[in-house]
Amino acid sequence: MVSLAEPVPLIIAPSRGYWASVGQRLLRDKVTMVCVVILLTIILAAIFAPYLGLADPYRGSIIRRLRPIGTPGYLLGTDEQGRDMLARLIYGGRLSLFIGLLPVFNAFVIGSLLGITAGFVGGKVNAAIMRTSDVFLAFPSVLLAVAISGALGAGILNSIVSLTIVFVPPIARIAESVTTQVRSLDFVDAARASGASSWTIIRVHILNNVLGPIFVYATSLISVSMILGAGLSFLGLGTKPPEPEWGLMLNTLRTAIYVQPWIAALPGAMIFMVSIGFNLVSDGLRSAMDVRR
Amino acid sequence: MTATHRPLVEVKDLHVRFRGERNVHAVNGVDFALDRGEVLGILGESGSGKSVTLKALLRLLPEKRTVISGQIRVGNEDVLALEPEALADFRGKTASMIFQEPMLALDPVYTIGWQIAEAVERHEKCGRDAARQRALEMLERVRIPSPARRLDAYPHEMSGGMRQRAMIALALACKPQVLLADEPTTALDATVQIQILLLLRELQRELGMAAIFVTHDIGVAVEVSDRIAVMYAGRIVETGKVADIVRRPSHPYTRGLLASTVHGAMRGKRLDAIPGAPPSLNEAPSGCSFAPRCKEVLPECSQSLPQAVTVSPAHLSRCVRSTPVTA
Repeated sequence: MVSLAEPVPLIIAPSRGYWASVGQRLLRDKVTMVCVVILLTIILAAIFAPYLGLADPYRGSIIRRLRPIGTPGYLLGTDEQGRDMLARLIYGGRLSLFIGLLPVFNAFVIGSLLGITAGFVGGKVNAAIMRTSDVFLAFPSVLLAVAISGALGAGILNSIVSLTIVFVPPIARIAESVTTQVRSLDFVDAARASGASSWTIIRVHILNNVLGPIFVYATSLISVSMILGAGLSFLGLGTKPPEPEWGLMLNTLRTAIYVQPWIAALPGAMIFMVSIGFNLVSDGLRSAMDVRR
Repeated sequence: MTATHRPLVEVKDLHVRFRGERNVHAVNGVDFALDRGEVLGILGESGSGKSVTLKALLRLLPEKRTVISGQIRVGNEDVLALEPEALADFRGKTASMIFQEPMLALDPVYTIGWQIAEAVERHEKCGRDAARQRALEMLERVRIPSPARRLDAYPHEMSGGMRQRAMIALALACKPQVLLADEPTTALDATVQIQILLLLRELQRELGMAAIFVTHDIGVAVEVSDRIAVMYAGRIVETGKVADIVRRPSHPYTRGLLASTVHGAMRGKRLDAIPGAPPSLNEAPSGCSFAPRCKEVLPECSQSLPQAVTVSPAHLSRCVRSTPVTA
């Protein structure tokens, strides 16, 4: 008879919660942390812009147009209407970040809902949702955003709506594929075998396993959304002058590119910095969340 | 057997067919009964329909793509007729299941304790604290070391054997009358396997549960079962007490299975294997499914389904060559 030997009790490190361990990993990831700090600085500066003692971003001056970077009183120079670049860049972050984040958030909610429904219900519902989203996916995202914005008319609200429509299909697709994967795993059967209802299974087991990957994907869309939003403004479909917004600033400063190339490049640099920051954070998040399994 | 005697689980003429691009007749007329406190081992190779039979008992098969006919009764419930709400009550409380791969069968984003407590709360309608208390008792019962700490562990923080113990704790948390185990030790290494088997056997006796073990490992089946049912191509080809099956196998397939184990084989001698491969189940069998591989095949084998023959008391074999016990 084989004795029922007990496994030798080991000293077990106290178990941390899942999110606590994700946080720990993120803190150890230097690249992600640097990006987080940069992004936070830009976001906080944009939010608290009125309290930073900046110049009025709307007031121009005919005699002080296109001053170079480092001019006393104008740290980053002035634009083609003599407005303070530093102030405009910081105030511009308000709109640009708003256009970057809101459509992605909307699309995250709508897309996850559609994708999880499609993945869990399957059959005809799945076909209806996924084929419709395929229609949208067939268009290049820039073209689609421009087309919808053009149809709806210029304006911030309309560009947010059009960007949301652009991002729903890819998020729905990711949500659907992750849900189908998770749904076929044994623990869903195991939950069912221990008496959980379909609703409990979706709410408790599917949602919590699916939201992570969708969230990571959505963060990677923030930069795309910012660039598309800037693109729409550049084309005159988004923000209207004199509102400071990075894409629009890029457009209006285009004429000054031979006179002050560095100043003309500044809004582009901001877009670049923020979008690459969001991308790297999204990468870091993905590897940090991939601890289990 | 008296007329009033009613087995705990009764399966009659169970057929399971998967619809799709091609039909698969996974289970083709399975009958068995199980008494309280009895352990039935269902033995068979991959694709013989053993796991499907087990899942049909809990109606875990995808409803849209499966056609189930026949009768399944567990306790007083007619499983195939249960309404969704009653079915959810039945699962976990009357019958529950252990899966093959404990890593996949536990939700990676919740702690072990949380998952057990969830099932307890669902069935016992008790509070979080009481459910957690029960979860702790269960972890002690399945002999997980330092159970209080393991309550807050995630599945990925545990070893394979420990996870399977947690899975067992989850399945037994609501004291089911029938435990269904789908190859519970296949994914574990040999030393852990025997521990888990002994644990299951012990818990089964302690709680007075009936259990059905599905396995392709004859050693496992012999170790844990009171009776064995051998399945081939969706049918039970032979069933009987463990001793009868092992000592006096009647069906050629059972004999082939027993001959192909490593135990007792002579060194240097080739193992006996059953030639050929199991049939595709795209069509319902019209004769003995094993006939194409059988060494002792007769012309009448493929003409009609062989009837169950009682070769000795409580020992049935579905082979035309089997000789009935003389009454």
